[in-house]
Amino acid sequence: MHVMQPGDHLFRRESGRMVAALTRIFGVHNLALAEDVVQDAFCRALEIWRIRGMPENPSAWLMATAKNGALDVLRRERTARSFAPELSRFLQSEWTLAPVVEELFAADAIKDDLLRMMFSCCQPRLSEQAQVALALHILCGFSVDEIASAFVTTHAATEKRLARAKKALVGSKRLFDVTMPADFSARLPAVHRALYLLFNEGYHGASAETAVRVELCREAMRLNALLLGHPLGTTPTTYALAALMCLDAARLAARVDASGNLISLLDQDRSQWDQELIAEGLKFLELSATGSELTQYHLEAAIASIHACARRTEDTDWKAIVSLYDRLMTIRPSPIVALNRAIAIAQSEGPQRGLEEMCSIADRDRLAAYPFYSAALGELELRRGRHEAAGEHFRAALALARNPMERRFLNRRVNACERGDTQKVHDEQFWDRGLFSTETKLEAQDRNRASLPL
Amino acid sequence: MSEFTYLYRGGRDTPQSPEQRQKQLQKWAAWFKELGTSGHLKELGHPLESAGMVVKGNQKIVTDGPYAEAKDLVGGFSLIEAKDLAHAVELSKGCPVLEVGGSVEVRPVMQINM
Repeated sequence: MHVMQPGDHLFRRESGRMVAALTRIFGVHNLALAEDVVQDAFCRALEIWRIRGMPENPSAWLMATAKNGALDVLRRERTARSFAPELSRFLQSEWTLAPVVEELFAADAIKDDLLRMMFSCCQPRLSEQAQVALALHILCGFSVDEIASAFVTTHAATEKRLARAKKALVGSKRLFDVTMPADFSARLPAVHRALYLLFNEGYHGASAETAVRVELCREAMRLNALLLGHPLGTTPTTYALAALMCLDAARLAARVDASGNLISLLDQDRSQWDQELIAEGLKFLELSATGSELTQYHLEAAIASIHACARRTEDTDWKAIVSLYDRLMTIRPSPIVALNRAIAIAQSEGPQRGLEEMCSIADRDRLAAYPFYSAALGELELRRGRHEAAGEHFRAALALARNPMERRFLNRRVNACERGDTQKVHDEQFWDRGLFSTETKLEAQDRNRASLPL
Repeated sequence: MSEFTYLYRGGRDTPQSPEQRQKQLQKWAAWFKELGTSGHLKELGHPLESAGMVVKGNQKIVTDGPYAEAKDLVGGFSLIEAKDLAHAVELSKGCPVLEVGGSVEVRPVMQINM
């Protein structure tokens, strides 16, 4: 007997599409109702499919079920409830109801619905973290627990954050109108930022679970592809973000070894890098080079491209990387960018120079809670042959480690110092661009504090 | 070999995330596949709607039903082949409905020699 298997995360994906389509029809004030209809569709699917197996086109089946669910609700509650204001006159009459709903469930319409929802989630009233959580929940179908585990917070905290965010979304009365160019362009940076944060959380978040992190990266790329599918979303900055994601994602598989240990950028088996993604990233990078805008994403993508194009670690053009960091410091200065710049300088001019740069970072007290600041100090001391000082820094870093992967990594460094390894060490995962994610995290925290009342 | 029916009850009222539901489904598929390969699955059977009617007594009184609680409702059935009841019970222990608070009722199909 042949039993079909659903594709990867089919349900999650369909959940986002169904909620987006239903919210468009019901109106954003009926978000909960839309979610109920989706739950019912899944419930029914499970009841039938568990025994009979999956239909040939499960997505279409789910969509049809959601559509019928919508029609039921619209007929039953026509008089009791108000639905999407701009559609209400079509939904009132039995003559137009079915054809209009049919049209709204067409594939192209749903793509627009996803975009509409994505822009609606990224509203300025919400903190950036809340925007990301909301998008993950509604558009990507992540449960409270899945989000909590991705962001290493508790179920209760995530639930609270989502409830507040949903309330704000529902309170916004209308979904974002993606047909107005001026509004679209004004909101686009917030959407970019949320996608960037989502990707970074996956690429270098605190969650120890690699699988979760890869999924976050994948979702960010999928949502960014939605932007690229819309004429107003296809901007040089969206291309830059796409480039950055591809070039980083190309290295995902090589970042962790078989036993789950982090491997530094310098030590990775570069033959494991995904050449297809690199080629795609370089293509996006080229497309991003139009217009006059130079964003953080452009610069980070350019840095990633230098790594991606170096066949061996020794071939890395550190001078070019330093100058990109210099420019990054002018448009988005932060202690973490400065730290990365110092590391690049150490790579091209030696550990002594790197340490000097590190010690002159403004605001470096903001790095105090970040394990890889101490770890970087330790690494450079180790390279200068000062094992004792290096060991102290690594022990300080170890005390700040956020997950078992980091702990194992730093333990190895402490041991190396105690053994007095003099050989040149290339074992530093913090050499990776991943440092950036904390930049964004530090800032997100600051900003959250500012916008807490919500 | 004798025939048995599995009656699946409950397990549908637990709220689940899309991913959990998908995993549930994958477990069912894997379970049936295993029963199929080992030659124990006679028929997949059918899911049953939860809403229906009950016709009762000489007066043929028709009511909405069944009135069972969600956890007691039969959600579907399958036909199984096993050595004996104990064996059929053993095989049923892999059923994913058990993981979400449901139950499997194992009933021998009567052997009748006419």
